[in-house]
Amino acid sequence: MFKWPRTESSRTCDLNLELAAPTMRRLLNARPRGGGQVLLGLLPILGLILLYLLVASARHAENPRDKIIPIPSAMAAAVQIMAFEADPRTGEVPMVADTKASLRRLGIAIGLSAITTLVLGLMIGLLPYVRAGLGPLVATISVIPPIAILPILFIIFGLGETSKVVLIFLGITPVMVRDLASHVASIPEEQIVKAQTLGASTWLTLVRVALPQAMPRLIDSLRLALCPAWVYLISAEAIAADVGLGYRIFLVRRYLAMDTILPYVVWISILAVVMDFALLSFSRAAYPWAHTERTAR
Amino acid sequence: MIALSFRNVWVEYRDKVVLERVSLDIEDGAFVSIVGPSGAGKSTFLRLALGQEAPSRGHILLDAEPLDPEPGPDRGVVFQRYSVFPHMNALDNVLFGLECAGSPGFGRLLGRPRRAARDRAVALLERVGLGHSLKAYPRTLSGGMQQRLAIAQALITRPRILLLDEPFGALDPGVRLDMHVLIDELWREHGLTILMVTHDIKEAFKLGTRVIAFDKRRHDEQAPHRYGSTAVYDFPLDEKKRQGVPAALEHMLDENRAIG
Repeated sequence: MFKWPRTESSRTCDLNLELAAPTMRRLLNARPRGGGQVLLGLLPILGLILLYLLVASARHAENPRDKIIPIPSAMAAAVQIMAFEADPRTGEVPMVADTKASLRRLGIAIGLSAITTLVLGLMIGLLPYVRAGLGPLVATISVIPPIAILPILFIIFGLGETSKVVLIFLGITPVMVRDLASHVASIPEEQIVKAQTLGASTWLTLVRVALPQAMPRLIDSLRLALCPAWVYLISAEAIAADVGLGYRIFLVRRYLAMDTILPYVVWISILAVVMDFALLSFSRAAYPWAHTERTAR
Repeated sequence: MIALSFRNVWVEYRDKVVLERVSLDIEDGAFVSIVGPSGAGKSTFLRLALGQEAPSRGHILLDAEPLDPEPGPDRGVVFQRYSVFPHMNALDNVLFGLECAGSPGFGRLLGRPRRAARDRAVALLERVGLGHSLKAYPRTLSGGMQQRLAIAQALITRPRILLLDEPFGALDPGVRLDMHVLIDELWREHGLTILMVTHDIKEAFKLGTRVIAFDKRRHDEQAPHRYGSTAVYDFPLDEKKRQGVPAALEHMLDENRAIG
């Protein structure tokens, strides 16, 4: 227990308090600063990589043909074959062909989804009649697990590209529509009334008031939807495909080819991060008002 | 000349009566302050004038014509909050009214019409003291600046009536005094007809040429919702009296203080 020194002057008391302050600080008030923050963030990542390397080299020492936890040189060799050499049968580089096919499916599905979300979300959010008519339908569709209807999609659209695109589309769109509709509906009534007192029609309120305020939210919601979109893409490719990132990792799984699967997973992660960053940068550049912090009140 | 006229207007929700027997004529060029305790139907009254709500009985006339049952460019409005568009900078916020009038298809003006509209908007923004923040987004403006912007935005379309819904309620006292000066000057310069709802009775008497107090005239202990509010006091003020608060409203002032 800390005791105030009674006999000493108040000046010394202050000094004692200053000395005591760092040790008395609560953990929840201690913050890493500058470079320390970066270092702290890197530590667990580096730790995991180190752990992997230790386990991999130990297993490699015991069994040089171990496939479950491949050493980096094995992965590099696999990447060399998959990413830099053309397959003699198809004449294409497998990883490039897989990436193209997967991104094409993902791009078409996400593009269609964004357009549908924008149109439906704006109308449901802004127009009470559309909300009353379509709201319950969208809410119902959004609770159906998309993977459960994959067989139906295969039956209707066949095993080709369409069923994969439709799966991703159906998987992410209903949730995004609901999110955007509720965002548009929460635009303060005051703004909508104000627009009308300035002479705006329903159409002008939609395109000049609701649409610009919906866009940053749509982009946010797309960023969140990227993760489920990848899940549906890889699921669909795993079940029926002849090219694609998901197809490849499920194909080589049969040979326990972890040296191929792990680089593919890393590559998919990099693609996902780049897409996320691109969306965020676009939103920042196009809608600066949505990203500026409140500076004064 | 009568600008806005309420003829025996009632507002009822099911069996709840909010406003009853409201009959008022608002003179052209008047600055009408509307006061009253919370829940006395002040905001409902303003929503009626705005067209956000329709009376369940009676008629509202604007320049002797039946009032449009939805908000329109003949009535400008400034709310306490959320009056300006967060995604437009100050200039675009003010330009919006001119763009709606000039381009019903896209809401955008180009070329010469745009330059003319821009000059008008800039002049108005300079008048309200925002000449240096044309490109600023509302979020970066202070509360008082946002209300200045909201007023400029409402005035650009030259509305027949300007409706103010507790426009200065969220502002600091000092800023509020500046806003009083501004709105009083604009009222004189533009010959506006203003309807202002306020909680602040001193503000009502300071700015208004007429103060209308809403309250319940009758009260039923067993069924308080069955009697609605109406205009219980109606003070026409001339310039000399504009600073004082009459004794009849002192109790309301006290009530206001009690609420905070």
